[in-house]
Amino acid sequence: MSARGITVVAELSRGEPTALSRELLGLARGLVDALGGPLSVACPAADARAAAELIAYGADRVYASGERSAQDYDSDVWTHWVAAATREAKPGAVLIGHTTSGADLAPRLAFRLQAGIATGCVAISAEGGGLQYTRPCYGGNVRETVSFNTPLAVATVRGGCYDALARDSQRTGETVTIGLDPAARRARVLERQRESGGDVRLEDARVVIAGGRGLNGPDGFEVLAELARELQGAVGASRVPCDLGWCPHSMQIGLTGKTVTPELYFAVGISGAGHHMAGCGNARNIVAINTDADAAIYKDARWGVVGDYRKIIPSLVAAIRELRSSDRARDT
Amino acid sequence: MHIVVCVKQVPNPEAAFSMFKVDEAAKKVVPASGLQMVMSPFDEQALEAALRIRDAVAQARITVMTLGTETARAVLKQGLAMGADDGVLLSDPAFQDGDAYSTARVLSAAIGKLADCDLVLTGRQAADWDAGIVGCGIAELMQMPVITFARDLRLEGSGVRVERVVENGFDVIEAALPAVVTVSNELGAARAPSLRETMRAARKPVTAWSAADLGLKEGDAGARAARRILERLFVPPKKGACELVDGATPEEQGSNLAQRLQQAKLL
Repeated sequence: MSARGITVVAELSRGEPTALSRELLGLARGLVDALGGPLSVACPAADARAAAELIAYGADRVYASGERSAQDYDSDVWTHWVAAATREAKPGAVLIGHTTSGADLAPRLAFRLQAGIATGCVAISAEGGGLQYTRPCYGGNVRETVSFNTPLAVATVRGGCYDALARDSQRTGETVTIGLDPAARRARVLERQRESGGDVRLEDARVVIAGGRGLNGPDGFEVLAELARELQGAVGASRVPCDLGWCPHSMQIGLTGKTVTPELYFAVGISGAGHHMAGCGNARNIVAINTDADAAIYKDARWGVVGDYRKIIPSLVAAIRELRSSDRARDT
Repeated sequence: MHIVVCVKQVPNPEAAFSMFKVDEAAKKVVPASGLQMVMSPFDEQALEAALRIRDAVAQARITVMTLGTETARAVLKQGLAMGADDGVLLSDPAFQDGDAYSTARVLSAAIGKLADCDLVLTGRQAADWDAGIVGCGIAELMQMPVITFARDLRLEGSGVRVERVVENGFDVIEAALPAVVTVSNELGAARAPSLRETMRAARKPVTAWSAADLGLKEGDAGARAARRILERLFVPPKKGACELVDGATPEEQGSNLAQRLQQAKLL
């Protein structure tokens, strides 16, 4: 790849670049600093304010449609539009967040532009003038590092693998408008059903408490919720409880679920199989609570507690309350 | 209504990973000898989705299709025993060592040769490389609409109506046929082969097609068409410094853990 730069596809949430989009800008900035070329962003729904934000987080140029209605992902319209922006920007690589939108867009874009494609990457590095892409495979038990023999590559990147740049409102850049083409639409979205999330979003939570098969039933999640309330955390799950109907699939963390990167991650009754760790392996601190002292999860954990979570978690909650109230007593 | 379900044979992903070795020099994952080869679970669910459509509309024909070596006949047999009507095996030395791109090309050529396909189903990703590319690739190469991550699909009017899983809910999406849909685990468990279908499976037709049968030339398939270059294959390092938090009773364990968390300023 010569000095042709990188294009990041940014998603917005309530008009703001998502955390993952900002992380991609941080990653891409580092790569263009090593390889040369501009850092452009393709963000269909960006208005002037969102474009300014994207520039403050590292973009040299923002492609936008100026239509806020494009914020909700529409596979055909986005693919067509991002392909047009990419033909305009002529980058060596297009980086997309590994969300349900990104995982849909990336392969379509790659085939349309005769590009190589790597999905769910955890690292991208500049090697010998080109890029190499590292991603989990075999249920998260193996990593592969790949490159491509095509002039363009498209990659999706998992959340929490890179840091965003500090916001700098002094940074300058330009905005280019490319119109959306609604005629590109072949599959039509009739309805968007969303769970009313009054609670903390899993992807944004500072503390995540996740349960697995070892909860032994749906009521186990109530025990986890008690700890979540105490720590203002979110409750998640490995795949087994979701497939057994103990909890909704939207709680699933792992290779085929969400990727979370909290400060503190409780893995309760979770064995620690690779496909689960692919969704939480980047958590800063993992606490494993399991009755099986030989569970693989302890190899990834900072702290391990061997025993019955139904007894340990309530006593942990009580101990946290006690520590906090004695802190408050000292402060007053 | 003709539904083609693309399935892949993979080493049993439910097996403990100690059953696999990673040969870093050869850049290959080597399953232990005797490890069972199975249909990739998401592909089983794609076939389940096809069977549910046939249960509902009756006059559908289901073809299971796989690209692989002769041993991949086993997954076609499994698909037929689950209830598919016929099988297509795409096998040729020229198909070997391909990537998602070359695979999608061969599958597209085969689906095109069937000529009357209304709906192509695949799993959301295969359980070996976990890439999730081929379904979208087929749609792009054949210029069909595509809907990914289906948790429910049904025929409606002259199209397909899909509930597509997203982070915090689902979208309801409709597309005209022919279309490609990739199926996610939220669809629910696939049915087991029934005795009746297993008995019938032996008599169901399986067609084998080579590169020449599909009109593919050298450079159209396998390693020669691949865009991906595998630089390195390795087992990720474990963090491996877990402190076990002890205690005479669960209460003591809980309170000791709370103290550790407080010392680390995590509370």
